[in-house]
Amino acid sequence: MRRTRWMIWLLLGLVGLAVGFVPLPNFYPQPTERVFRVHASQFAFSPGEINVNPGDRVTIELVSTDVVHGLFIDGYGLSVEADPGQSARLEFTADRSGSFRMRCNVSCGAMHPFMIGKLVVGQNQLLWRGIGLAGLALLSVLVGFVYRHPSQ
Amino acid sequence: MELTRFPIIKSILKSRWPQLVIFAVFLAGFVIAILAGFIGTPVGSRNFGIVFVWIAWWAILILVAVPFLGRGWCAVCPIPVVGDWMQRGKLLSPEGDSKGIGLNLRWPKRLNNIWIQNIAFTLVALFSSLILTTPLASAAILAGMLFVAFGLSLVFERRAFCRYVCPVGGFIGLYSQTAPVELRVTNKTICATCKDKPCYNGSEAGYGCPWGVSPSGLAKNTACGLCMECLRTCPNDNIAIRTRPFGADIYKPTGKRLDEAYKAFIMLGAALIYAAVLLGPWGELKLAAYQIGSRAWFGYAVAFLVFIFALLPLLFLLAVQISRLITRSGTALRKEFISHSYTLVPLGLMAWVAFSLSFVLTNASYIPISLSDPFGWGWNLFGTATLEWTPYLSAVLPVLQIGVLITGLVWSVHTGLNISANPFSRQAAMLQALPVAGFNLLVTVGLMILLL
Repeated sequence: MRRTRWMIWLLLGLVGLAVGFVPLPNFYPQPTERVFRVHASQFAFSPGEINVNPGDRVTIELVSTDVVHGLFIDGYGLSVEADPGQSARLEFTADRSGSFRMRCNVSCGAMHPFMIGKLVVGQNQLLWRGIGLAGLALLSVLVGFVYRHPSQ
Repeated sequence: MELTRFPIIKSILKSRWPQLVIFAVFLAGFVIAILAGFIGTPVGSRNFGIVFVWIAWWAILILVAVPFLGRGWCAVCPIPVVGDWMQRGKLLSPEGDSKGIGLNLRWPKRLNNIWIQNIAFTLVALFSSLILTTPLASAAILAGMLFVAFGLSLVFERRAFCRYVCPVGGFIGLYSQTAPVELRVTNKTICATCKDKPCYNGSEAGYGCPWGVSPSGLAKNTACGLCMECLRTCPNDNIAIRTRPFGADIYKPTGKRLDEAYKAFIMLGAALIYAAVLLGPWGELKLAAYQIGSRAWFGYAVAFLVFIFALLPLLFLLAVQISRLITRSGTALRKEFISHSYTLVPLGLMAWVAFSLSFVLTNASYIPISLSDPFGWGWNLFGTATLEWTPYLSAVLPVLQIGVLITGLVWSVHTGLNISANPFSRQAAMLQALPVAGFNLLVTVGLMILLL
């Protein structure tokens, strides 16, 4: 009985490690040049979400339509600023997969801290891994409950 | 473990001086925050009132104080302290002749619940896009809380504001049930033989419980403000502060109430909405939430209220009803709805932690800037006013959030199984808990989608 229990916990642990860390197959097309014109106005980027493939050479043309705005990309640590009515370019290679927040990094008004967009490079694997781990965690709690109440 | 067994801890907690010093510092900070809101720069991220209240204080409250100390913040909150001093006519101990002022009326019995706090928090949440970002609006709310607390202490006995009105106190009380510390009496038999009940009525050694609680009847943390008065007044040394497992109060089968259940929905719903509005990439949604009075805002307000007060509870009710049908439970639907709503307490707390991590770590670099230049007038008191905005830990933040959300899910499902396990067999308990666990999983996945 005890051995079976340990085997089940071990299995759950191994599945958890697999869900969390095993590399997933990538079927992305050849990297290409991608150009996005992003309009920044109080307090949004338009488009709010940019999707590229891993390895793509990305150019973001930030166009500010009202006050000075910036664009900072979490995870990449890159930023660019655009004056009102002007545009500024940010070029980079999308060499990190996942979902990254784009934030305005120039105080632009009241809702400035929440002026947020999204850069998605490939699939948001972290999200899928998180959902998988959440399901596995739920299963583990149920298994734990069964073992804690064996006699009923 | 009983913390008050250690003489040094006990003497610090019994002494009034440390608490008074903290009160004084926090009250000064609170007044500066209000002043900064009224006379400082209108740019929220450069105003002490916004940065210190909604970033620094909020981080300490939701990431540390509430999860680990429950109502620990209430023990040092400066908002009711002026009212306390007026009511008592004294700054420190109750010794001496001076008498306080105030009508000392009893709080109306039918308002002896947290519905006012539920409404107050919902209103603050509804206007939060303005309050969190606009110094003037933030200062008006903070000053309003100070004046309402003061006014109520002149009319009603004890801390009516903290117990029944404070929009923050309501959710602190709810989540304090999960905290790993508690204040309880050591031996209830001693209390039964205690005639004067100085813990409730006060004595030369200390004031009667400001929260209107009799410590011998304390079964959960919700209404205990950890003010330490009972520790000072008890003539029998019968009050103890103990550590305990996380979530100890919510596993208990008794003491579950509809007002608290709804507070759990309000908090969870607000966390979901905030994650979408404040941290999402949808600019129109942000503007709708910010432009109070516009047509878009009215649409947002209706959606906000319907989601929190109807949609979320109805979906949860459906889950509870499914579990009743599966298990052929004879327990009243209302009772099961209320008791299972407590699974949302750990889930909601962790949802707020996950949301706040993003908000706080991204904006924490404004703290040293506004410390040097609290009013945004170009000062540089500590040489930190010119620091650049820097988001902290942005690369690992999503991983942290996943960990926190999964912790909340595990905790909530564990709570649901404990609640179900009371009257049922193992199989029935699992069957009963499953639909609610499914609801909690859906909420967790929804939060992951919004936050990642």
